[in-house]
Amino acid sequence: MGKNNNFQWIGKSWAQVDGLAKTKGETVYADDLFLPRMLFAKMLRSPHSHARIKNIDLTNALNRPGVIAALTGRDMPIRFGILPVSQDEEALCVDKVRMIGDPVAAVAAIDEETAEAALEDILVEYELLPSVLTIEDGLKDLEESELENSQIHAYADSGNIHKKVALEFGDTVAGFAEADHVREELYYYEGNTHLPMEQHSSVAKHGADGRLSLWSSTQTPHYVHRALAKVLEMSASQIRVIATPVGGGFGGKTDPFQHEIVVSKLAIMTGRPVKITLTREEVFYTHRGRHPVLMWVKAGMKSDGSITALHYRNFLDGGAYGSYGVASTFYTGALQTLTYPIANYKFEAMRVFTNKAPCGPKRGHGTPQPRFALEVMLDKFAEDLKLDPAELRLRHLMPDNSLTVNHLTVTTNGLGECLRKVNEASGFQKRRTKSSPGKGFGLGCGAYLSGAGLPIYWNKMPHSGVQIKIDRSGGVTVFCGSTDIGQGSNSVLAGIVAEELGIHLQHVIVVTADTDLTPVDLGSYSSRVTLMTGNAAIAAVRPLREQILIAASEVLKISTEELTISNGKVCKRNGSVEPVSFVDAVQWAEAKFGTLGSVGSYTPPRRGGKFKGAGVGPSPNYSYSACVAEVTCDPESGLYRVDKLWLAHDIGQAINEKLVIGQIEGSAYMGLSEAMMEEQVYRTGNSACSGGIGPAGLHKIPSMLDYKSLTSLDMPEVETILVETHDSEGPYGAKEAGQGPLLPIMPAIANAIYNAVGVRVDEVPITAEKIFQGLQDLKKGKSGRIGPNKFPSIKFPEALRVEIPD
Amino acid sequence: MKQLLTLTINGESHEVWTSTNKTLLEVLREDLNLTGTKHGCELGECGACTVLIEGEPVLACLILPLEVQAQDIQTIEGLTKYGSSTAEPKPHPLQTAFAEQGASQCGYCSPGMLMTAKAFLDKNSKNNSKMPLDRQSIRHALSGNLCRCTGYSKIIEAIEQAANQTS
Repeated sequence: MGKNNNFQWIGKSWAQVDGLAKTKGETVYADDLFLPRMLFAKMLRSPHSHARIKNIDLTNALNRPGVIAALTGRDMPIRFGILPVSQDEEALCVDKVRMIGDPVAAVAAIDEETAEAALEDILVEYELLPSVLTIEDGLKDLEESELENSQIHAYADSGNIHKKVALEFGDTVAGFAEADHVREELYYYEGNTHLPMEQHSSVAKHGADGRLSLWSSTQTPHYVHRALAKVLEMSASQIRVIATPVGGGFGGKTDPFQHEIVVSKLAIMTGRPVKITLTREEVFYTHRGRHPVLMWVKAGMKSDGSITALHYRNFLDGGAYGSYGVASTFYTGALQTLTYPIANYKFEAMRVFTNKAPCGPKRGHGTPQPRFALEVMLDKFAEDLKLDPAELRLRHLMPDNSLTVNHLTVTTNGLGECLRKVNEASGFQKRRTKSSPGKGFGLGCGAYLSGAGLPIYWNKMPHSGVQIKIDRSGGVTVFCGSTDIGQGSNSVLAGIVAEELGIHLQHVIVVTADTDLTPVDLGSYSSRVTLMTGNAAIAAVRPLREQILIAASEVLKISTEELTISNGKVCKRNGSVEPVSFVDAVQWAEAKFGTLGSVGSYTPPRRGGKFKGAGVGPSPNYSYSACVAEVTCDPESGLYRVDKLWLAHDIGQAINEKLVIGQIEGSAYMGLSEAMMEEQVYRTGNSACSGGIGPAGLHKIPSMLDYKSLTSLDMPEVETILVETHDSEGPYGAKEAGQGPLLPIMPAIANAIYNAVGVRVDEVPITAEKIFQGLQDLKKGKSGRIGPNKFPSIKFPEALRVEIPD
Repeated sequence: MKQLLTLTINGESHEVWTSTNKTLLEVLREDLNLTGTKHGCELGECGACTVLIEGEPVLACLILPLEVQAQDIQTIEGLTKYGSSTAEPKPHPLQTAFAEQGASQCGYCSPGMLMTAKAFLDKNSKNNSKMPLDRQSIRHALSGNLCRCTGYSKIIEAIEQAANQTS
């Protein structure tokens, strides 16, 4: 690839193509859609965390003036779910509810108020069942006789254990024996949620031609398309899904949802458009957020800092449904190997079902939790070895073009440069040893994938497709199934096409995320979009450019090798001939070749090991990040503020520098918000804990005030450093930016707090209360370490042994 | 129960026949096609629904239109100046700055942010500074508007850019 300073667009900063519309309030989000005669739907949700549905009586609701239709689960019993292995959701619960908030009935009415009132008319008889609310409860063995009442899903591996994984690469027992230092610790990462500013919203319309259209705030219209066809028993070719501009996703809008199916069914039943917009409280229960993970981690290190063995045992609290959970489970073991060489590696994990909102993918998807543990542990090892934490990491980095112990291909690894730059910018190595009491500096690192190497459902088709047409006016239309969720994917597409054609961005129109109009792109998840749609766009546009040059070459009588297109003009490379407009060249090309159009697609190279479970982790390339955090912590109260964050990110090659920085700053913000304050927590129903307020399984804080997130006053200055390694796999050398920069934040904060006041908080969020506890601990002469102290002693299955790559 | 309301929005008078228990946010979005103002929580906790009433930032989800009939309401739709057949529409310097600086990612918090920022700038222009136009005051002014995408940095930079242009 190599560096090229002659780009017109690539690597520069330019406004989002849809940016001005957003500032004018003209962007049409799903809830901004008002169609003629539209009805409003509401869903009745279970007040119980686990119960059988004995009977539902809709009569009174149907009799309420203004109510046009009502549904229960029996009208749509076919199960669905994002993963083929966990099709465990029902659009409306049929036989039982598995969480507070599980929907059991729905109404469509002439306005929202009537729909809401009608919910109270619906009579539901429940038979309560015992509920499971913690990892420990989820792990309990169930007797045959208990299964009927206590097992949440019959397809679970055993009892309420959804999934069990055990993989060993090499020989960790031997690895630990070789180590000079061995640490064995417990870490806990609390669950948290995406909290998008835009609540989920969908509008469905069933046309007279029998076709269903669904506008929905979704990151994955293609997967929604498939789920609708399945549950509604319609041919997918009769269904159109349009992803409206998403007001924040972060992984929370990547499942096909109950409300999307319900609103579609109501549209079919009533013959009128139907809208549903979830209340903020419902958004908290829709969730699909970060799994709470309890981790036992054992690591062995030689005195030179090399890791001889690493062993993780993770328990994930999955909530009531599968969602992406099986993938999440594998992710808690897949990517910790990308940064520093690990000679021998063992990974065991179990995901349990509990009667709470289902967990799924949130920015980082299962990797922030184990990364937190590893980066904090390295800090502790650094202390054991009397080494600076940055120095420890710099000594042992995965080289370019290498294979990790779990068979992941590292093409380029910019972590070394990230570490050096972040250290230089912050003065980390000097300042952390000289800081005054209460002032602390901490380091964290991370790595993330640029798109999952495998699709969610097994197939051999491309992951991203782009079609391009060029109008005689010189206007270029790019069709792609990708969804812009604010990250700027529309702008990346437009920029790449404009660059390749040598024209101004304003002549490129992007049409996206419409299953009737655009070729399939799998969606905005796993940070796949820039790399995959970018490569597909390049594949589509280059043949068109060729055609334009061939036609121009014929007319101008200059060979194509001597021609180039730039600034909207076709000209001779040495500039000796009068340039011709792009528009003229396009018309010559249409005259010569017929109507202009092209298709390009991208499928990631098949990488990764050949063992069961190898599907999660492989990616065309990986991004790397390093963060230094500066904190000031009061040694009496534990209250702290973050003064500054320095964040270096190996982006490969920025397509649009401003947008990349936006992703880095946004990741820093979200990571910091998790580190300091975000918690998705539920009442246990134990009056000693919750003061007897509310039943077990009720979300404690389902509001934007009580669920804490950073405001503009809480957010410190973030200094962003871009490292460009020009990777061979990405378009122009690009890597992802949307998730990787979040990973190092949480451990950087924990490590900074330790540097400031000597308290180790081995869990997230790192709150003042916990630090205060630690400080009290220290005063009593104890360790000052706050974190989990218990770990379930359940037996894991025999590990699948995998050979280490040569 | 319905009632006839007269509301003055962005300098235009609107008559609307609507339920007396609807919030200003609902009336704007559902009765007047002014969907630029967003709802994020319906509880007054997120700032997405911020509009200006007599120049003050107010949460439209907590206001009954009945209360504000006699007052001047400004929404995001009113920030860009239109009207002349010969001149281009003029986005407010804040809107241009937001777009240029990348202060809008998903854009959902942007209308609320922009109205809050406009009120702040109107009160704190260089010619009339009761409060210094520094980052800390900007952060303070924005502290009732949540954003999940940007981390606020570019929003603050955009406000600074606009402040320099309007003075």
